[in-house]
Amino acid sequence: MQQPNLFLEKITGPVTQAGQCLIFLFRMLAGVRFSATQILAVLQQTYLIGARSLVIIMICGFFVGMVLSLQAINALEQFGASDQVSLLVGKSLFRELGPVLTALLFAGRAGTSITAEIGLMKATNQIEAMELMAIDPIQRIALPRFAAGVLSVPLLTALFNALAILGSVVFSIGVMDLDSGIFWSKLQTGIYFEKDFIGGMWKSLVFGGTISLIAVYFGYSARPTGSGVGTATTNTVVLSSVLVLIFDFIMTSFLT
Amino acid sequence: MEDSETSRIESEPPVIRIRDLVFRRGRRIILDGINMDIRRGSIVAFMGPSGAGKTTILRLISGQLRPDEGTVEVNGQLISSMPDRELRKFRRNFGVLLQDGALFTDLTVFENIATPLREHTDLPEPLIRRLVMTKLSAVGLGGIEERMPHELSGGMARRVAFARAVVLDPDIMLYDEPMTGLDPIAVSTIRTLMRDTNDALGLTSLVVTHNVTQMSQLVDYCYIIASAKIAGEGPPANLSVSEDPGVDQFMNGKVEGPIPFHYQPPGAPWGLLD
Repeated sequence: MQQPNLFLEKITGPVTQAGQCLIFLFRMLAGVRFSATQILAVLQQTYLIGARSLVIIMICGFFVGMVLSLQAINALEQFGASDQVSLLVGKSLFRELGPVLTALLFAGRAGTSITAEIGLMKATNQIEAMELMAIDPIQRIALPRFAAGVLSVPLLTALFNALAILGSVVFSIGVMDLDSGIFWSKLQTGIYFEKDFIGGMWKSLVFGGTISLIAVYFGYSARPTGSGVGTATTNTVVLSSVLVLIFDFIMTSFLT
Repeated sequence: MEDSETSRIESEPPVIRIRDLVFRRGRRIILDGINMDIRRGSIVAFMGPSGAGKTTILRLISGQLRPDEGTVEVNGQLISSMPDRELRKFRRNFGVLLQDGALFTDLTVFENIATPLREHTDLPEPLIRRLVMTKLSAVGLGGIEERMPHELSGGMARRVAFARAVVLDPDIMLYDEPMTGLDPIAVSTIRTLMRDTNDALGLTSLVVTHNVTQMSQLVDYCYIIASAKIAGEGPPANLSVSEDPGVDQFMNGKVEGPIPFHYQPPGAPWGLLD
């Protein structure tokens, strides 16, 4: 029997996967109807994957804000500029850390659960049952989860940012006894709504779409076995984390 | 089955007609030259050893798979070459009960049964509720509509899946190993539901199974699939006394016979026992 060309497969495999993933995206988007049933399904999924990620996002946001302030104050103190801490924390949060860390946390918390859930539905013949009942599983299963992910990540990012600022306030004003007036005025004058906040939100929208697409696609294309679902779940975290960082660099290059 | 019932079914026109069907996976031939006429009102079983291609036949009839050669006709329409969009609409004629029930795990029992109605009809909510409750009562499970699938026993889940399968009043029921893993009481319940529903609604039912005893008490006609071909066909009573070595081996569960004990992978350069 002829041996498969493994080297060629290593190159064509990912390209084929990327193509199939894009076709999957178009098939999902072709089914967008804005019907009451669809909106209800998206809201339900937004609760399940978005609202249920709130606790981890809020806790992480708060501590990221604290640790960022701690590091920033230590560094700025050397130049006698510790009152600039809110500016430094704000800029790095709204532009980079907020969107990226929220996306990475979302990939670990919600992306994996989406892949595992859809993979398990496949393994227990639920997807096949839908096809046989003339129900399109891509519209019924994948689309609401994808849309909910796109909606949830920017909202979670905004919340992450808010809690990180709160953490910074607690540490800088509460612990390090910095002047609260200077803290807030630097933040207000130094952070630009459109460039910093909205720029970060654009990033998080792209990250949300990327993670959700990868999660639903890997779930849908998982081998219907225990190990197949496990591999798909791992692949979701790995690939979406890497792509978030790559897209972050590309978008930062264009946005700044 | 009584003789009058047999002759009634035989006089019915075939609802499913399969001609010269060939299906391959890669270079391996799964089904080769299959011909079948399945008549309206009958319960037909596809039996045979594991991996013989029984489920593949069901998938070819439902249009999930396309044959490499030959035709599959259902209700006079050529399924084997039907475009995907039309096929999706056509599948509303099918009711499906898969192994383990395949209930949607994120929905309640009520929503599971209501899903086909919501997807394919514009019925008002009170009517959907009434239809779902009627079907649920018909399978003897009134009062469990708010439970989630993981709160049900295997037999209950199978009955809920049965209610879901018949909620749109299909013409054809497809069963894939409907009784696997059930206790004897649940097996009898499902068997009774299958027979009664088929006769009461004038359906045609196709059952994939390898359980000879269970099916002999239920079906009108059997096809035994082995080595990619129809090894035998006929009413179960006739098949159990068949002199064909392949049919005899399967129906009576014999180790020795034309279906080998040792699996030989396709393309292997030499036999394992050579």
